[in-house]
Amino acid sequence: MEFATILFKTILLFVIFVITLLVAMYATWAERKVAAFIQDRRGPNRAGPMGLLQPLADGLKMFMKEEIIPMTANRVLFIMGPSIAMTTACLTGAIIPWGGNLTINNKIYSLQITDLNIGILYIFAMVSIGVYGIMIGGWASNNKYSLLGAIRAASQMISYELAMGLSIITLVLTTGTLSLSEIVDQQQGWHWNIFYHPLGFIIFLICAFAECNRSPFDLPECETELIGGYHTEYSSMKLGFYLFAEYINMFISAAVISTLYFGGYHMPFIHHLDLSPNVMTLIGSAFFFLKIFFFIFLFMWVRWTLPRFRFDQLMNLGWKRLLPLGIINMFITALIILLNEYL
Amino acid sequence: MEKLTGRSKVVSNKKLSFWESIYLPAIIGGMFITIKHFFRKKVTINVPEQTRKRSDVYRGMHVLKRDDEGRERCTACGLCALSCPAEAITMVAAERKPGEEHLYREEKYATIYEINMLRCIFCGDCEEACPKEAIFLTDRLVESEYKRKTFIYGKDLLVEPLEKDKRIDVSKRQTPEVLEFKKNKKLTHNK
Repeated sequence: MEFATILFKTILLFVIFVITLLVAMYATWAERKVAAFIQDRRGPNRAGPMGLLQPLADGLKMFMKEEIIPMTANRVLFIMGPSIAMTTACLTGAIIPWGGNLTINNKIYSLQITDLNIGILYIFAMVSIGVYGIMIGGWASNNKYSLLGAIRAASQMISYELAMGLSIITLVLTTGTLSLSEIVDQQQGWHWNIFYHPLGFIIFLICAFAECNRSPFDLPECETELIGGYHTEYSSMKLGFYLFAEYINMFISAAVISTLYFGGYHMPFIHHLDLSPNVMTLIGSAFFFLKIFFFIFLFMWVRWTLPRFRFDQLMNLGWKRLLPLGIINMFITALIILLNEYL
Repeated sequence: MEKLTGRSKVVSNKKLSFWESIYLPAIIGGMFITIKHFFRKKVTINVPEQTRKRSDVYRGMHVLKRDDEGRERCTACGLCALSCPAEAITMVAAERKPGEEHLYREEKYATIYEINMLRCIFCGDCEEACPKEAIFLTDRLVESEYKRKTFIYGKDLLVEPLEKDKRIDVSKRQTPEVLEFKKNKKLTHNK
């Protein structure tokens, strides 16, 4: 690789990292605003204009708080838990195509940090490792409530990953690739995958909610029945890491949903505008972020609409409804592809 | 049995159909409800800048009124303390000495008049019991304090200022009904 490419990728890496953290930071603010608006309140409006400095204040509070590691806890694992959660959450951003190609000095740079040909599998792998963060955190606390919360989280994630995988298989059947950049390129104009896989999209969306531990599937954390779930024993910034990782996960899954089903950075009608390629790329990226923000809003919207599922309801929905639906969807898609080939 | 509201529903334990058990129609219905609230007018009142308007007959902190010439109306008859269900009012009476006619309206007055704001339930019975129009509840709030004993309010806090423009307006509380009630000589405390 040339020096210029390495430099560009490094800068891109840094920018994406900062954007991820910023979006996650302001997602906490947005979450509170959305919650307030849906409940006819105003939300944070004291710290800065519109309460925009609220995330900074929250962060400062988290850093200033006393840090406690319980005496009976396994110190190494206890520290490892939030680190794994945070690291895996940040790693996923590397393979998402954030935009088209930029041309600088007659050289073409892609706005994707690395174009893995097994992109989707990489995401699945990272999300699965994310369970370890929660599980280890719950285990290392040496607390029955934390352990129960962690077990709930793990069982939930395992159950929903199956249905998620099935919905992805239908997508792979039609696109014929696992690389995210190719999947996006096939969706130019209005050829968004949502129109070809509506059922698959719904299954994927529901599973994404469950994978992010977002309401109505936020079983791992529960104030009433398990005191606080897997992070009961955590304090100060370790707790902050867990909560922050959740928001990063939300941002990444919103990005994945828009990439897989909503055409990623492709904007319909943009070719009629007659713009230079670089400007088009930037507008595309902005459009991509609009889609992401919409899905983040959807996450919050659902959170403040639905109550939390009971554990047996969650398992019923995952194993008895979504899994069969996913299989049926896969068979129908495969059948249509076969018929198309022979007829 | 008579229903308490028109919104009550009969609970049934019937099995959910497939579409119901997938929850989606109900979820979408719920999401429409919440998004309607998203754009609704907010009910919040930003407290330091805005204040909620209190009712004209709000029963807040007490005031001991002076008459037009600035003399204390209270004659320490003790009816307010007697009528107080929380027993929050205590007073010590004294006789007016020559030369104090400009301070107290009648021969007897209260040297100490205390209301324990922690005991007071702001029922307004003292106001109704008073035959001299001396004690009223106002729309002022009792301030928060750090110590229990500072909640015992003496005359320094209760008696309204001498200056005419700083007097506390209680005209809204003296509704025609109240004035009529005070004239009724059949009631013992008005005699």
